[in-house]
Amino acid sequence: MQFTSFLENGKLTIALNGEIDHHCAKQYIQSIAAKIEAYTPDICILDFQEVSFVDSSGIAVVINALRNMSQIEGRLMLSGISDQPMRVFRASGIDKIVEIKEAVS
Amino acid sequence: MKFDNYMVLQFPSKSCNEAFARSAVACFAAQLDPTMEELGDIRTAVSEAVTNAIVHAYPDELGTVTVRCRILKDNVLDIVVKDKGIGISDVEQAKRPMFTTGGADRSGMGFTIMESFMTAFELSSELGKGTTVHMRRKLSRRQ
Ligand SMILES: Nc1ncnc2c1ncn2[C@@H]1O[C@H](COP(=O)(O)OP(=O)(O)OP(=O)(O)O)[C@@H](O)[C@H]1O
Ligand SMILES: [Mg+2]
Repeated sequence: MQFTSFLENGKLTIALNGEIDHHCAKQYIQSIAAKIEAYTPDICILDFQEVSFVDSSGIAVVINALRNMSQIEGRLMLSGISDQPMRVFRASGIDKIVEIKEAVS
Repeated sequence: MKFDNYMVLQFPSKSCNEAFARSAVACFAAQLDPTMEELGDIRTAVSEAVTNAIVHAYPDELGTVTVRCRILKDNVLDIVVKDKGIGISDVEQAKRPMFTTGGADRSGMGFTIMESFMTAFELSSELGKGTTVHMRRKLSRRQ
């Protein structure tokens, strides 16, 4: 697991990639928490463009990031979600509690 | 019951086998010519069931996880995921959305996802004996 992130005007974008399952989720949860703690952004965007698969472990990644951001009174947004992850987010109701941004070209 | 084809996978409850199991089942399902969405749903449901066996069934040791798939008539994929782990004391409670014994890195949505992505779903478990998840997905006939 590795991912890139960049900070611009208080906006932290974290680009996730690959398949997010239980095998790698814990590392994602910890690394995202560490980035948010280090940069205390106003907005954090989790970019799913390069993510090909998520299961319920991915839901925990999003919920933990949401918790990290609300602790510093910031916003969390998700972007670039493809079909399979979107079906999982819908089935679990995540799409109702986190802002989802349409992919910008 | 009459079936057209079957396969059985058996592996230790190591998390690196989660990706292997869902990919193997997806490869087996490919002979039914599923749509991308159907294949995604199957991969997701298998990932949930296998991850549960790996995370919850054997908390303190490694155990065996068995995945059995059959192709039944009318384009139905039948999947059984079985462990011989600690079992579940109350299966109705376990199936409830957001119920988890797993803490902050689990969301309690696994069974909810399996139920909504499969056309049939059945959970049976006995304390100290193990847990079996039986799922079916009917696939559309294309062309
Ligand atoms: N194979 C199993 N053996 C023993 N207990 C299980 C098994 N599968 C599920 N459980 C129990 O049922 C609960 C609910 O399972 P479910 O998959 O819905 O959620 P979860 O695994 O806790 O979280 P998530 O799947 O969202 O990561 C688990 O927390 C666990 O207590
Ligand atoms: Mg689960």
